[in-house]
Amino acid sequence: MIGRARLAFTLLIFGYAFLYLPIALVIIYSFNDSRLVTVWAGFSLRWWHTLFQNEAMLSAAWLSLRIAFVSACLSAILGLSAGYVLARVPRFFGRTLFGSLVIAPMVMPEVVMGISMLLLFVGSEQLLGGPERGFWTIVISHTTFSLAFVAIVVQARLADFDRSLEEAAMDLGATPWTTFMTVTLPLIAPALGSGWLLAFTLSLDDLIMTQFVAGAQSQTLPMRVYSSVRLGVDPQINVLATIVVAIAAAALVLSGWLTRRRA
Amino acid sequence: MNAPIVRIEGATKRFGAVVAVDNVDLEIARGELFALLGGSGCGKSTLLRLLAGLETPDSGRILIDGEDMTGVPPHRRPVNMMFQSYALFPHMDVAANVGYGLRRDGTPKSEIAARVAQVLALVRLEELGGRRPSQLSGGQRQRVALARALIKRPKILLLDEPLAALDRKLREGTRFELVRLQEQLGLTFIVVTHDQEEAMSMASRLAVMNAGRIVQTGAPHELYEQPASRFVADFIGIANILETGPGQWLALRPEKIALHAEPADAAHTMAGRIVDIAYEGGRSLYRVAVDEGRIMIASSANVLRTREGPFHRGQDVWLSWAADAGHPLRE
Amino acid sequence: MRAVIALPFAWLIVFFLLPFVLVLVIAFGTNSPDSVPPVELGLNFESFRLLFTDDLYLAAWISSLRIAATSTLCALLLGYPMAYAIARATPERQPLLLMLVVLPFWTSFLIRVYAWMGLLSENGILNQFLRWTGLVPHPGTILGTEWAIHLGIVYAYLPFMVLPLYATLEKLDWGLLEAAADLGAKPMAAFFTVTLPLSMPGVMAGCLLVFIPAVGEFVIPDLLGGTNTLMIGKVLWDEFFSNADWPLASAVAILLLILLVGPIAVFQRQQARSLERR
Repeated sequence: MIGRARLAFTLLIFGYAFLYLPIALVIIYSFNDSRLVTVWAGFSLRWWHTLFQNEAMLSAAWLSLRIAFVSACLSAILGLSAGYVLARVPRFFGRTLFGSLVIAPMVMPEVVMGISMLLLFVGSEQLLGGPERGFWTIVISHTTFSLAFVAIVVQARLADFDRSLEEAAMDLGATPWTTFMTVTLPLIAPALGSGWLLAFTLSLDDLIMTQFVAGAQSQTLPMRVYSSVRLGVDPQINVLATIVVAIAAAALVLSGWLTRRRA
Repeated sequence: MNAPIVRIEGATKRFGAVVAVDNVDLEIARGELFALLGGSGCGKSTLLRLLAGLETPDSGRILIDGEDMTGVPPHRRPVNMMFQSYALFPHMDVAANVGYGLRRDGTPKSEIAARVAQVLALVRLEELGGRRPSQLSGGQRQRVALARALIKRPKILLLDEPLAALDRKLREGTRFELVRLQEQLGLTFIVVTHDQEEAMSMASRLAVMNAGRIVQTGAPHELYEQPASRFVADFIGIANILETGPGQWLALRPEKIALHAEPADAAHTMAGRIVDIAYEGGRSLYRVAVDEGRIMIASSANVLRTREGPFHRGQDVWLSWAADAGHPLRE
Repeated sequence: MRAVIALPFAWLIVFFLLPFVLVLVIAFGTNSPDSVPPVELGLNFESFRLLFTDDLYLAAWISSLRIAATSTLCALLLGYPMAYAIARATPERQPLLLMLVVLPFWTSFLIRVYAWMGLLSENGILNQFLRWTGLVPHPGTILGTEWAIHLGIVYAYLPFMVLPLYATLEKLDWGLLEAAADLGAKPMAAFFTVTLPLSMPGVMAGCLLVFIPAVGEFVIPDLLGGTNTLMIGKVLWDEFFSNADWPLASAVAILLLILLVGPIAVFQRQQARSLERR
């Protein structure tokens, strides 16, 4: 048994190396004084300066942040309701369909979701003069995708929840709504918080669905990165990558701290 | 004023194929400390939850202080419960926990603070208002749960296995405290427990439940000395069940049987041999093998401080008991 | 309560279910490049016929399934030992180890794939390493081949494999292995007869979480694969954006959905069952 664990442990280390080597290289080369990622020409911050003066990139980043924030909030609300319903309401009309609809976006290939959402918006444009393709269509697409993740997190947390706390609150005079607001919600808030962070990250990073539903005017950060990257390696992207990794690490640590803070 | 404070009429509750509460009728008087006693799965907790409003009966009625509360949700009943797991809100401190019910009623903050302080003093936790539940011992948590349930001065206080999580010594002390509190406050307490010693020593009246039904209700003395069935006789304390005829039995308590080293002269006697002596400190239980391989259990107090009792294993003895020592049973 | 159910339900029906209906409708339409949108509604089976008969498309389907399957297998072979090692670590270390696996997932997917572009290019680090060690003096470029795609998929989806596996392994009663050993089972035998069968739910979940999205992957084949590596996600994208053939792209989407409905249903039942067991 020890031998088995040792083999597994070796592969674990290899796995980490596999996961982090490319990222490490990208970060290192963001400080490279040369355009190439194959030759190290000395430490330099030139690409950092270039990126921060790249108007197009910066405005794309700003757009992405705004989209991510709004869609994370929407996902949190919808995912909270969906997760709550799945955890607490054992039977209602259409429950199987509901459960499937909530989980399916998690595994659906993004090209399929992308094309379907675009067709919806085109159709609504034809019929209702629809929302114009841009900020809101992207937000809607991202929300639909992310709420599945939030719902799963909330559902799991509620499954572990001590229901006698809710019963005690009702016994003491709290209506079901008040019970939820004063007892349940505060105690699942950390899980909800990490769900929000997850939705935020997923939105920030999304390329394919966004490409389908964004209009001509909107360019999100991933879209910019993609069009740049198709032409080859670009050191500004390396800089961006470093920033993203730093933010992701911070978000992840925060999320981990939140989930461990079970009051 | 003499109307019962609780009246349960024909209450039935099913969970799937299991009938947890089976057509139960019960009346509880104002100011009683009433106990629901039974083994696990007998339905006592379900019955309590029906009173609290945490479950709705499939049929029957629940009347509290004359009002039909059958469909009324828990937050609108004049009933409060002390949960078995205490169910203290982990994200609030003791004072906030205790004051929760009053906040829900919209009581002004100053009054809440005063009443919280008052009830914490009542359960002797005055200094601990600012602590979190995780920082308290088991006994302290139990008192917080009690305080939280008492503060609204409910018509009925329900206690679900209040002593189960406490250790032995604490249990005995808390038992007295609960009785004292109940008498002091004049509230009606309904206690659910599986521990018959607890039920007998605390309650002014109790009901024994089995398989969703109440098999006997009465004062502790009645249930002990006049059990209604073999089940009750056996459940409460130890009983020797002797068959006295077709469909007739006699319940005989061990302490009613005297042991003699020589043949005795009494209304009823029986010869046997001691197969085992269980020394319990204050008393000893003697397992005596009598005719046809039956075992009778007799007990006597260890009045003398001698190392060896008056009897030993393997000894031939005679048992005797008075004419009215046993109680006839038809079930 | 009804409002709480209705809110997400309505959202999902309007923004998830309804769009799929539209895709189906468009898939039966006719391509009309001059109108806006470039579709003429009707009942035209041409798109579907093309997808079933044309060699190119058939090859794309097959290679997508093949690549997704082999990538999933590779991810399992690497991910299982990783999850096992983490589950066997001391409880204090487990959160950190897990976080290290999950961190790449929280980093931009696109950027991680991009990172491999540099690594695998003609003069990238990998080739430099191979030349330097003398292992492979003239390595061809891995970038642009199917190997690169496999590498990319495993890399990108590894966390999705490790997490469900870890969740299942973490709940395992290690005493069972001790019992097996006590009864004479060698470590390998104990693994195959006790650990592996009991961790099957995790294996299933992990494989589905990798396979299903991998079949429709676009970014990885586009950036890491070459022009002769065909995956169906890329086909859909090209038909839609390059050829502006909406019905054909929709037909691809429908067929992809049909193909994946089975695995998706299995995944959903798995999820429901695992949460019920709590």
